[in-house]
Amino acid sequence: MSAAENGREVLVRVKGVGKVYRRGSEDIHVLRDLDLEVRAGDFLALMGPSGSGKSTLLNLLGGLDRPTEGILTVGGDSIADLTPRELAAWRARHIGFVFQLYNLLPTLTAIANVELPLLLTPLSKSERRSHSEAALKMVGLGHRLKHYPRQLSGGEQQRVGIARAIVADPTILLCDEPTGDLDRKSGDEILSLLQELNRAQGKTIIMVTHDPHASHRAGRTIYLNKGQISDTMPE
Amino acid sequence: MMHFLNWFRQTLVITRFSILTIPQRLGASVTAIFGIAGVVAVMIGVLSIAQGFRKTMMTAGDPDTVIVMRSGADSELTSILSKEETRIVADAPGILRVNGQPAASAELFVSVDLPKRSTGTDANVPIRGVGPAAFRIRQAVKIRVGRRFIPGRNEVIVGCASEGEFAGLGLGEQLNVNGDKWTIVGIFSSEGGLSESEIWTDTVSLQAAYQRQTSFQSVFVKLQSPESYQIFKNALTSDPRLNVKIVRETDYYAEQSRMLTNLITKLGSIVAVLMGIGAVFGALNTMYSAVSSRTREIATLRALGFGASPVIVSVLLESLVLALVGGAIGGGVAYYLFDGYRAATINWQTFSQVAFAFAVTPELLVQGAIYAIVIGFFGGLFPAIRSSRMQIAAALREL
Repeated sequence: MSAAENGREVLVRVKGVGKVYRRGSEDIHVLRDLDLEVRAGDFLALMGPSGSGKSTLLNLLGGLDRPTEGILTVGGDSIADLTPRELAAWRARHIGFVFQLYNLLPTLTAIANVELPLLLTPLSKSERRSHSEAALKMVGLGHRLKHYPRQLSGGEQQRVGIARAIVADPTILLCDEPTGDLDRKSGDEILSLLQELNRAQGKTIIMVTHDPHASHRAGRTIYLNKGQISDTMPE
Repeated sequence: MMHFLNWFRQTLVITRFSILTIPQRLGASVTAIFGIAGVVAVMIGVLSIAQGFRKTMMTAGDPDTVIVMRSGADSELTSILSKEETRIVADAPGILRVNGQPAASAELFVSVDLPKRSTGTDANVPIRGVGPAAFRIRQAVKIRVGRRFIPGRNEVIVGCASEGEFAGLGLGEQLNVNGDKWTIVGIFSSEGGLSESEIWTDTVSLQAAYQRQTSFQSVFVKLQSPESYQIFKNALTSDPRLNVKIVRETDYYAEQSRMLTNLITKLGSIVAVLMGIGAVFGALNTMYSAVSSRTREIATLRALGFGASPVIVSVLLESLVLALVGGAIGGGVAYYLFDGYRAATINWQTFSQVAFAFAVTPELLVQGAIYAIVIGFFGGLFPAIRSSRMQIAAALREL
């Protein structure tokens, strides 16, 4: 354990987690007996080849799926014990998602997209607006509030996606290939933004990526191979 | 309360998003809308026939007017009364009297063949021989053109519906009544009632033309009040000289209209149900494609923490909105095409033609809207359930 890790609480605890999908009569073990700890303030990159289980792990961490076995707690909450309704509310409170394809609603403006997670909170309309505006300013899009996704570049859309992910101040940001659909320059800008959120604001970030260049921007990288953690990048 | 507000806000956002993206699925949405519009228009169109027929028959009825016929007769056509019997009826208590004269009209009911204007084919048009009190009893009857007939001069007046429906019934034209030429001296209306489908003359002339001597088929009586009915009925049924059936005019025409309106209503309902099943599949198809075209957006909202039930409600609401638009178009088309459309059909109790106007009533429009909602509900239900059960993680990556 490094000195930096000392004193920081363990936010994510994965112990003996496995995930099995059933296809016909065949069981497919996507994750096997996985152990992992993520501390508050970590910027963790998850790497591995396609089918290694990194997206499945991200889905489990985000409460979009449940483990077949093992214990998975985020901020002390055991994912497997929550009902679907509790899980939806839990996601709204604790998780900010950043997607590879941005997943913005095309009929809503940038600020309305960012406001979406706040609709699940007791904030008033004016509070929601001011929070959303602040989040967009933070990602450098204070001048694009009323633009629709189709009027924005890929990099700008991803910035809106990040603003949406952070606006409700979630416990963790889960980023699924956040630069996967962007050119190098835009990708670098997004990675810088994530780094800044991690360093300046202490956001805990877990990022799935194929790109070694992206993983170098994270504070820590773990590799997944055939559903298990590996010390090195698999061939 | 807070939980409900939260749920309501979620539903509003997803529904707004659904409705705003309808233009992206315009083809499928328009198909569903017009499918439902067609069903509603046909349903309302068919049922407006029954409504129009019923309205015409019911307008004819007056609660303080009573028809007396031979006991066992279903209609005037199968009834026969002697002159003596009609006199006894006219003297009964409870009848309205004006200047000492009872408001009772002994009547004869026969029919003549006349060609329909629309097809040229012959149809039975009823001729009613009436007594002097007939106009007092049916106060809705008003001469619109010409004058009343003069008894004994082989003159007739024609109901305006018959005039419109059949050829040769214009003012001044000659009507062939059992081989003789009778003159049409007036055209009358009766507030849309059944009488407008009839031709009237005096009973005595009609008896002579048809060799009916002094026989009648019915006596129409105006009572002092609707409450006088029982007194009148008791007097007639307890009189050993009579063997008669007494019915209120409203009940008589309601019974006459029942067979046809039931038939049309049943046929209309069957057609509407069969077409409705087709429309449900159309709506299902539209809503499945609507849900699948925004799978990723729905999954995104679910990932952000939106619940499953707001998604279900929003899909259902979109389906209902499409259905209501279809229902409104269908209702409008039906009203424009069918309301007031004039037609004639046979009254199976009298085997004579009844001219009437299709009636697209507010009740029918409401029925149409309700039916559209039912179609929209079932069209949206299964896609809504499917959308709520989607695997969020997989759906997030759909293009």
